[in-house]
Amino acid sequence: MSETNNWEPKIIAFLCNWCSYAGADLAGVSRFQYPPNIRIVKVPCSGRVSENMIMSALKSGADGILVSGCHPGDCHYISGNYFAKRRFALLSNLLDFIGIEPGRVSFSWVSASEGEQFAEVVHSVTERVKALGPASRLVKQLDAVQAA
Amino acid sequence: MSNGSVLVVGGGIAGVQAALDLANSGFLVHLVERTTAIGGKMSQLDKTFPTNDCSACILSPKLVECGRHFNINLLTLADLIALEGEPGSFKAVVRQRPRYIDPEKCIACGLCAEKCPKKVSNDFNMGIGERKAAYLSYPQAVPLKYALDPEHCIWINKPGRCGLCAKVCQAGAINFDETAREYILEVGSVVLAPGFSRFDPSPLDFTGYGRLPNVVTSMEFERLLSPSGPCMGHLERPSDGQEPKRIAWLQCIGSRDINRVGHPYCSSICCMFALKQAVIAKEHAHGEFESSIFYMDMRTHGKGFENYYNRAKEDGVRFHRARVHSVIPADDSGSLQLRYVDELGKVNFAEFDMVVLSTGLQVYRHTVKLAEMLGLELDADNFIKTDSFNPVATSRPGIYVCGAASEPKDIPQSVMEASAAAAEAGRIMAPARWTETSKKVYPAEMNIHAQAPRIGVFVCHCGINISSVVDVEAVAAHAKNLDGVVFSQCNLFTCSQDTINQMVSIIKEQGLNRVVVASCSPRTHEPLFQETLRDAGLNKFLFEMANIRDQNSWVHQLEPEKATAKAKDLVAMAVARVRSEGALPYNTVPVTKSALVIGGGVTGMTAALSMAEQNYPVILVEQSECLGGNGRKVYRNWKGDTFLPFINELTARVTTHPQISVKYNTEISEVTGSVGKFITTFSDGHSFEHGVAVIAVGGQAYQPEEEWQFLHGIDHRVQTLLELDQRFMEEDAGLKEVKQAVFIHCVGSRIPERPYCSRVCCTHAIDSAVKLKELNPEMDIYMLYRDIRTYGQRERLYQEARAKGIIFVCYDLDHLPHVSERDGRLLVHAHDPIIDANISIHPDLLVLATAIQPREQTGSLSKFFKCAVDSQGFLLEAHMKLRPVDFATEGVFLAGLCHYPKPMEEAIAQAKAAAARAAIILAYDAVPAESVTAVVTPAKCTGCGLCVEVCAYHAVSLDENGISVVTTSMCKGCGACVAGCRSDAVSLKNIGNEQIMAAVDAAFM
Repeated sequence: MSETNNWEPKIIAFLCNWCSYAGADLAGVSRFQYPPNIRIVKVPCSGRVSENMIMSALKSGADGILVSGCHPGDCHYISGNYFAKRRFALLSNLLDFIGIEPGRVSFSWVSASEGEQFAEVVHSVTERVKALGPASRLVKQLDAVQAA
Repeated sequence: MSNGSVLVVGGGIAGVQAALDLANSGFLVHLVERTTAIGGKMSQLDKTFPTNDCSACILSPKLVECGRHFNINLLTLADLIALEGEPGSFKAVVRQRPRYIDPEKCIACGLCAEKCPKKVSNDFNMGIGERKAAYLSYPQAVPLKYALDPEHCIWINKPGRCGLCAKVCQAGAINFDETAREYILEVGSVVLAPGFSRFDPSPLDFTGYGRLPNVVTSMEFERLLSPSGPCMGHLERPSDGQEPKRIAWLQCIGSRDINRVGHPYCSSICCMFALKQAVIAKEHAHGEFESSIFYMDMRTHGKGFENYYNRAKEDGVRFHRARVHSVIPADDSGSLQLRYVDELGKVNFAEFDMVVLSTGLQVYRHTVKLAEMLGLELDADNFIKTDSFNPVATSRPGIYVCGAASEPKDIPQSVMEASAAAAEAGRIMAPARWTETSKKVYPAEMNIHAQAPRIGVFVCHCGINISSVVDVEAVAAHAKNLDGVVFSQCNLFTCSQDTINQMVSIIKEQGLNRVVVASCSPRTHEPLFQETLRDAGLNKFLFEMANIRDQNSWVHQLEPEKATAKAKDLVAMAVARVRSEGALPYNTVPVTKSALVIGGGVTGMTAALSMAEQNYPVILVEQSECLGGNGRKVYRNWKGDTFLPFINELTARVTTHPQISVKYNTEISEVTGSVGKFITTFSDGHSFEHGVAVIAVGGQAYQPEEEWQFLHGIDHRVQTLLELDQRFMEEDAGLKEVKQAVFIHCVGSRIPERPYCSRVCCTHAIDSAVKLKELNPEMDIYMLYRDIRTYGQRERLYQEARAKGIIFVCYDLDHLPHVSERDGRLLVHAHDPIIDANISIHPDLLVLATAIQPREQTGSLSKFFKCAVDSQGFLLEAHMKLRPVDFATEGVFLAGLCHYPKPMEEAIAQAKAAAARAAIILAYDAVPAESVTAVVTPAKCTGCGLCVEVCAYHAVSLDENGISVVTTSMCKGCGACVAGCRSDAVSLKNIGNEQIMAAVDAAFM
């Protein structure tokens, strides 16, 4: 049981280059502390993030996913964040259907001037994923396979 | 015709910025620096306010760029000794003192300093600790070349006595016989950026400075905090090396002091400087920490400053409105006792481990001599005198000044002025652009096709910014074992010039074909490292950064182990990502050589004129039917110069300039394109193609409401400052009849809804009160204020007001003034904290100093150009400190009140700065375009057309066979088509699913 007690989730965050990644930098510059469970992957735009990338990340072992882009209307590429938002809404249904708990995959808007907001988002995403426990739905559990 | 070279005197941040702007817009720059290296005061700072950025980290890339720039001729240890001629063709004589170490031969190995037996006080560390007579002033110095200190070198003073350095120098760089050299330089213009010195508090015996070792100046304290300073960033007090737990800052030492010092002016920066030090010192402290600031007025009047002040208060920094009477030893332990009188007039004592003196800024003595030699006028405080309406122009045509040599000012203001000076110099020299310059040629790029990955990983300590939290050695060791990595190492500062040079040789020696730097953010440092790759013959896209500072060490300060584990993951992810990246082409777009300026106020007109005078066509768009904006509503500036004649003259110059066309009653309805070629459509349906844009839409006055209304709009005797200005301009005879006037400051500013200072209102209100006194010297005037923020030389006005008998009463948010009307008379109630009593005044004029806020349309305009706004709705610049007029979006610039409230002289400087930055793009025929573009694998394409639908730039279409094709020149690399493709037929070069998923997988290895 001690393993579960020490368990720390790993969360992949796909951040758009122009708003959320800059917001994450600002959190650093302002020294807003947040949990170290997050692994940031910079993408040009939240619209670059496909369903495939989210599912693959879960398959690779991510316990949680965060996709964050510019606020509505602020997209550096005009409309990418709208596509991301729509795609995410559809994906939620699929995730629900295949048994991925709501809260594993989150979406947020964080602008370049919202360092504190970014830290808050990471806090709440981390807490949510911690409460859900390790993600196992899409991860091949070799131990289980071998035991059988 | 003018000469196409320019002389810049002073290698601090202002001189460096001016040199870079001029060199990047087609002029040859001779940069003359008095000491052995450029960097100036900023290189001595630990952190910078209000962002707490590491000073060395943000400065270093600029210094390196300057040092490596093809069109900057850097002359260190040099002084301008004579200048003759006129604008366009000056002849300058520059004398270069000997360095005694040949910079061509010196490899900065440091052996000379190691063996040098002569120890001298370390001037870079403000005299704390020692250096040798053979020395390098600081680790990131540019140029990175040692020098012999002629004052202390044994051989130079007694030839034949020592000479150890010459014996150990393998490069044979030591040359004791070197003599001074003189250069005669022909230049079209001169930019002075000689900087400032700090007041020496030794004569102020009440401070104990010089007698008590634990009393230090703020610059000394900065060195104590700095990771490259005498105690390596572990804060220690000088007397015993103990970590101080209680520190006091004394403000206005050598500023606002006519009595003992003769400096009537405010040094502008010290309040924020002290706040920053209090916050950073707390970060350094382990456990309990107490900081107190003793001040007269907290002057946090810049962008983001008031928030910083509020946060410091929340973090427990204590504030005492008091001038300290004396600092004496508390006991034998080195602790200090402060005696001061608090606001209620009570004598108090407090004990501290250390005292920091916030010493003021002053002009260097040699700057005064330089000004005399050049025949420049100085002002009463010995600063170089400038024109109210041309804030970088000196009294001699063709010579410009920027930075703190003309008035105490902070870094962003200095940087703005530097760019403004570049614009002014560029105006004179415009016809000679590109006549004296040469072009940088990169080595041929290595063809890495079919090569196995050979990845080099460079892990940065960033002084102690990263290494105090993350075990960087462990990260580098971890990196070495990653697939494809053949080399890894740690560096103290990866962005310093020596490391950069070393990186070039390591890439070559190790045959690296991909590079990862684990340090700060790619947003600030990627260009520098990519340039380094090019210098080493590698395509610049074979590079990734792992952000282990901004997104790791700075946000997990209390969890070093987890932060180290995260850093290892981040490096592994960057390595995985770079492994499958390929070389990309350097695409360019042709530049449309014209500019759009939005906003016809003084700022917009100035920017338009500045670009037009550099011979670029400009369209100036104004939403109303006349030019002049807010400036037409203001009577005069604090120096007494009225605005209207200036604005009328400026308007005439703008409307008659052949390169400017003005569109009145016009708004923007659509913007497409990007840097080099924007197409903007106006509300009249016309559209205009332009290479750059300057946004100068101004701000607007807050309309007083709720508890800040004070009967405004109800009682005609209650007016705003602008309404009073209108009466001044109309020479309203009624003003002379006013017997009693009250001004209320900070109406709508510095409150939770608007947590910023409007910067101009203190000065404006006091000047208006002085004007009323001029009209009727018998008038009683009361100023109800929170802090008086007459920063810089505006302080004189405050002194004048008090001398004229104007009464200042401080209020706070818990005791707001109350205004009512009784029996036809106005009644103002306020609490005077000095007499601790309520006062009542019956004014016949009540003036409200209302806040300045952004215009509502600023937000929608920012969306057209994809620029950011801050939480208050002001436009957000690319970097608060070093890119104050740029946006993160290339080719778009900002100036004036839409950026932050500011007086007209600063708005003019910023407008010129924006013009200079824009000219850097307009000077070229083509600018770099997106290299990361989408690419289709036709065999996979099903021709569904979804990619065509989602592309916001119309860059994707279906060809005659129904297969998707990308028009590369129109693609911005957002990846919407990639994510949208159902059959995985579209990818983004170097940001394909392959690279992204490799990075994700690497986090779980």
